Amino acid sequence: MSTEGLSHHISSRYNTDLERVRSSVLEMGGLVERQLTQAIGGITEPDARVMVRVAQEELRVNQLERSIDEDCSRILATRGPTASDLRLIITILKTITDLERIGDEGEKVAAIAARLALRERPNNRYREVRNLGEVVIDMVHDTLDAFARFDTKLALQVLRRDRTVDEEYEAIHRQNITFMMEDPRSIRRALDVMWVVRSLERIGDHAKNICEYLIYLVLGKDVRHTKIEEIEKELQAPRG
Amino acid sequence: MEQLVRSKPPEVESPGFLPASDIDTGVIPIRTSGRGMLQVAVDETRRTAALKAPVKARVEALDFFYGELKALKNITMDIREKQVTALIGPSGCGKTTFLRCFNRMHDLTPGTRYEGSITLLPEEINLVARNIDPIEVRMRIGMVFQKPNPFPKSIFENVAYGLRIRGVRSQIRIQEEVEKALREAALWDEVKDRLATSALSLSGGQQQRLCIARALATSPEMLLFDEPTSALDPIATARIEELIAALREQVTVLIVTHNMQQAARVSDYTAFIYLGELIEFDETSRIFTNPGQKATEDYITGRYG
Repeated sequence: MSTEGLSHHISSRYNTDLERVRSSVLEMGGLVERQLTQAIGGITEPDARVMVRVAQEELRVNQLERSIDEDCSRILATRGPTASDLRLIITILKTITDLERIGDEGEKVAAIAARLALRERPNNRYREVRNLGEVVIDMVHDTLDAFARFDTKLALQVLRRDRTVDEEYEAIHRQNITFMMEDPRSIRRALDVMWVVRSLERIGDHAKNICEYLIYLVLGKDVRHTKIEEIEKELQAPRG
Repeated sequence: MEQLVRSKPPEVESPGFLPASDIDTGVIPIRTSGRGMLQVAVDETRRTAALKAPVKARVEALDFFYGELKALKNITMDIREKQVTALIGPSGCGKTTFLRCFNRMHDLTPGTRYEGSITLLPEEINLVARNIDPIEVRMRIGMVFQKPNPFPKSIFENVAYGLRIRGVRSQIRIQEEVEKALREAALWDEVKDRLATSALSLSGGQQQRLCIARALATSPEMLLFDEPTSALDPIATARIEELIAALREQVTVLIVTHNMQQAARVSDYTAFIYLGELIEFDETSRIFTNPGQKATEDYITGRYG
């Protein structure tokens, strides 16, 4: 299925309803992405006000989550969607939960960023956090892009990157344990960094979830809890 | 000999402790490395049960003509036993024409012609063959119409009618069969105290259930429903749908409906027919979540193709 198909219903109000709920999801995604960028930026460039800005976005994100939920319930109740329409509504309902959680994790990162800003910075200026942060922001960005265009190839790329994130997370984890053992005074900072990278790793998981829903939406195949190699095979196989 | 078998189950080769009946019901004994036996129950979900259901009627290369007009084109599909198969498609696509082939309702329309076959199993009778008596077909395959059409007779006589036609004379037997059919049609409790009153005094939903009871009285193997609830309110509709679900235990059901949700709710299999052709035939759950054909998708989601 493609995005054009959305607007081919005999009922034009149905078209409008689906189009509206889909663009709300994209708007919500855009806000969450911005929250995340600001939060991570707050760690690499010290900024004590980052928390306030991210929290402001959060209000709007929550509002959107509720209104999308409501729209989906109404569509389910009044239209009885089937096939790709049904998959779209299910995908949206699940996607916004993950988006909302990405926002929550972003808020946690921002809170820690505000705390770290008041403290002395390490020599590497949190380079490892910035690197992992960039990967994760890209993942979220591409996930939203894939969702906007129903692009399963891009979704698959995001799924592949989740492995990198997990490896990077492990590496930072080990590195921080070393820091803590070398110099107990660094424990406080190292723990904060651990919290941040833990959040980033979770965000990667949420982006991965959304990409899996998207593959279900487009191809009708449930690829959750499936090895990436098998998903690749599924994507190449004809619809079955 | 038979008694001997019943009293003493036959010896099963390896697992002496397992009664033979367990093996029949799908418990497979597996030998593990010298540590005795391990029982694995075979998972029998509704889905696989449906897939394994035997074929009740086999439609092969069926064409149907109203004079020059070819209304059905080369339809081939299997109707599975004791399953509900729904026929969906836009008005004029041929789904009712197809349904009516199953009990030879076209015979009285001049200029109509069947080609191909509908084979009823296990006897392998071709329902649409000229030498097959349509009355006999209708005894075995009942039909319920869009509008309830009870005879202007008493409730009792409506149900007894088919039995009398069949030549059943015994009053006791007729009474038993009428009660049974009315119970099966979930109508007995509502009419048992007024069996002698006119069927026309019943409500629309009750009349429709009476028609179902009338069709059930001759113990048919298959029931055809042509939009059975389109003239009924939601409550009566829900009753009929419940009934169809219960009937699945004993008869094979074929139903034409314009209500997509109804097809999704009551059927195990769905066939999408368009312009006289069978476009897609699959399990209902699949048709309504992930159909294979774009035309099916467009139709069930309310899109123009």
